[in-house]
Amino acid sequence: MNTHPQVLDGTGAEISGLSAPAIGTPRTRVEGRDKVSGKARYAGDIPIERLAHGAVVTATIASGRITAIDPSATLASPGVIGVIDHRNAPRVDPEAGSPFFGPDGQLQLLQDDQIAHGGWPVALVVAETHEQARAGAERLRVSYVEQPHDIAFSPGHPAARPALSAFGPDANKGDLDAELAASAVVVDESYTTPAQHACAMEPHVATAWLEGAVLRGIDSNQAPYGIAAQLATLFGKPLSDVRVQVEQVGGGFGSKTGLGPQLILATMATMLFHRPVRVALTREEVFLATSARPRTDQRVRLGADRDGRLRAIGHEAAFEISGKSEFIENCVEIAKTLYAADAIRTRLNVVPLNILPVASVRAPGTAPGSFALESAMDELAERLDMDPLDLRRRNEPEVGPVSGLPFTSRNFQLCLSEGARQFGWAGRDHRPRRRREGHLLIGTGMAGTSFFTTAFPSSATITAEQDGTFTVAIAAIDIGTGARTALHAIAADALRVGWDRIRLRIGDSAIGPAWQAGGSLGTTSWGWAIVAAARDLLEQLESGPALPVSVTSDTTEEIMSRPHRERHSYSAVFAEVAVDPATGEVRVRRLVGRFAVGRVVNPLMVRSQLTGGMIMGLSIALQEEVVRDEVSGRQVNADFAGYHFAANADVPFIDADFVEDHEPDDPLGMKGPGEIGTVAVAAAIANAVWHATGKRHRELPIRLDRVIED
Amino acid sequence: MTNDARSEISLHINGTTHRLTVDNRRTLLDALREDTRHIGSKKGCDFGQCGACTVLVNGRRVVSCLTLAVAAEGAEVITVEGLAVNDELRPVQEAFVRLDGLQCGFCTSGQLCSAVGVLAEHAAGWPSAVTPDLSPDQPHRPLDADEVRERMSGNLCRCGAYPSIVRAVLEAAECEEVNR
Repeated sequence: MNTHPQVLDGTGAEISGLSAPAIGTPRTRVEGRDKVSGKARYAGDIPIERLAHGAVVTATIASGRITAIDPSATLASPGVIGVIDHRNAPRVDPEAGSPFFGPDGQLQLLQDDQIAHGGWPVALVVAETHEQARAGAERLRVSYVEQPHDIAFSPGHPAARPALSAFGPDANKGDLDAELAASAVVVDESYTTPAQHACAMEPHVATAWLEGAVLRGIDSNQAPYGIAAQLATLFGKPLSDVRVQVEQVGGGFGSKTGLGPQLILATMATMLFHRPVRVALTREEVFLATSARPRTDQRVRLGADRDGRLRAIGHEAAFEISGKSEFIENCVEIAKTLYAADAIRTRLNVVPLNILPVASVRAPGTAPGSFALESAMDELAERLDMDPLDLRRRNEPEVGPVSGLPFTSRNFQLCLSEGARQFGWAGRDHRPRRRREGHLLIGTGMAGTSFFTTAFPSSATITAEQDGTFTVAIAAIDIGTGARTALHAIAADALRVGWDRIRLRIGDSAIGPAWQAGGSLGTTSWGWAIVAAARDLLEQLESGPALPVSVTSDTTEEIMSRPHRERHSYSAVFAEVAVDPATGEVRVRRLVGRFAVGRVVNPLMVRSQLTGGMIMGLSIALQEEVVRDEVSGRQVNADFAGYHFAANADVPFIDADFVEDHEPDDPLGMKGPGEIGTVAVAAAIANAVWHATGKRHRELPIRLDRVIED
Repeated sequence: MTNDARSEISLHINGTTHRLTVDNRRTLLDALREDTRHIGSKKGCDFGQCGACTVLVNGRRVVSCLTLAVAAEGAEVITVEGLAVNDELRPVQEAFVRLDGLQCGFCTSGQLCSAVGVLAEHAAGWPSAVTPDLSPDQPHRPLDADEVRERMSGNLCRCGAYPSIVRAVLEAAECEEVNR
């Protein structure tokens, strides 16, 4: 791999001969040349001797049980090696799951005859080639007894119950009803968002094989260590006998943080057939059998004095889950921390349905939650006849509005003012439906957000080699975030050496415990571990020991001993739209985002990540929606022709940049830019559509049929 | 009809001829990836909807997942591995790296093959859906951002690298104009 990325100046021109510090310098991707010449290797690209291929068969019913599986036609099909279903699959540990949400039923593949959602894998056909596996899978006869399914989501569903409280308790500050009653202006509206998919361009793919007692896996994922640990528990192996590796990952956006069906099924197949087995999910299977963001229904109540000071914030959200797995779509996070108010009350409920398990999709909780809260804030500004930017300026809290804890660094107001200046917000006529260009209605809107930040325990090993280089090993992974390049820079600065003296090794669970590429905290958490190991190594090197010398450091204690404080990133997003009332088409013309995301390691890549996040937000506003068939219970738009997200022509001029920001409780001052770009965009666009047309859109996506006028 | 019929074919990939026996159901994409180890072409959907598998066949952009390998016999196939000349990146590849026209990189091979196709199509005077004037005697107009967005919309990128992709293709177009 070419590890000599170009160093760029502010205009993007190359600078040569620049030395440390590496942090803060725009650099092209370490693996950039490999990615543009087809040499970068993803999980499905690694050749393995004697490889067999698995094809998945998914349930055609949404609720019921399997009565019979007849494999005779499949087994007679050319090249088929065998079929795995619930009758012959290896038994797995029912307690396996995640540290946050407990035992996870979606890991219990092929363990019984029960079907709880359409698309649940019921069998794997293994064959010499993937065409033969697919043909064999098409011939497998599965009979079911169907039971009535329930996919009808509503917050008042009889099965609704409180969500787990692992992400903090409900807010119960002050007397919400009394403050609403005392408010001069009240907003009380409900907002809904549909189920959405991560749609990473690389479908989930894994290859598994046994090397003696050691289970080896090459898997497209966001957490090599965490997934190896889950896999070990699931199959009752010591972690030392499980190793999961990957070089490049073709995007994740949350959908590859947990142990996926591809690796579980490939493991079962290699255990039964004693061959390396690759399971590559089809795009349809990625939609049907890997997790999605849940539908939400959110009631927001805001009460304010005439001058815009908030008295009351009530945010009660419900989201759907499957009966198999717990999850927390924490829609109410922002309501607890973004604005000051005398009373703040939040509730978070789940509604179990016959749907596929839900889990993280980029900015879980905050993406749908900010749509509700920041749309309601715009409605409040409208009813107050006030600039929505001013409304947000008037409600800045001194300390955590619910927690009472101090903020470590809070640059929300800076994001608002910088964004407004760049966008040209001043002088906006706040009344709706005032601007026209020919038949088009033009509007502008804005929204802001906070995004929780912390760091998670990780370990790193650094070796001072005899040749003067340093080998830095951490079970990190780069899913397109730029983590590999950023960690290289962090290591160079932490060891106080030039770029060329760092050899970075990531993407291997055997390196040791490390956090995932998730929660916007991959590089932040891994960077801290590298800083800790570099510090400990440099200390050892002072005595002039014989080389090589290795040091492994773990950040658990340092992170856990930090004081409790409010730690968040912030953003402000401004949008301009043109609406064609005759066709209902909304075109976003401009998006401006300003972000306080802590210290920026690589400005080139962080801008890319924020820009990409905003584009996902644009898709969420206007396009993305899982459509399920009420009769079959199955998703009907399980492909890219039916499930839309932004193509190149949908994306306008985007200006994403950061303001000066620094997290004092992180050794590098970092927060994390991975997800916040996706938040606040849908509300900013919805608010702009209201400004253009005078119509409020409280239901996403803002589809043509919802916009079109008679 | 048997499900396992095979054919002997020759594929010309990046200037090299490969003699293969393939399952008749084998797509050009799988023949590239599995039989001839051209792993740069990616399978994002296998349905012709994402563009990650885009290659050039006789100079035209095609989605190789919807092209049977047997149907590509005798054609000149160029994949991302064939874009660089003597290990030197083409201007559009170099611009993708420098302007960060990629993040995860999974769609990048398709984007690049598509971009090379776009530049050739535009140079040949082919219009797109956003070309304002289609009359035949129009003078050659340089590519602009709207044209690139339109012409590159068959290649999805979930990371959202589109703005940098547009800049990279425009830079490469300028570079090619100068070279002509």
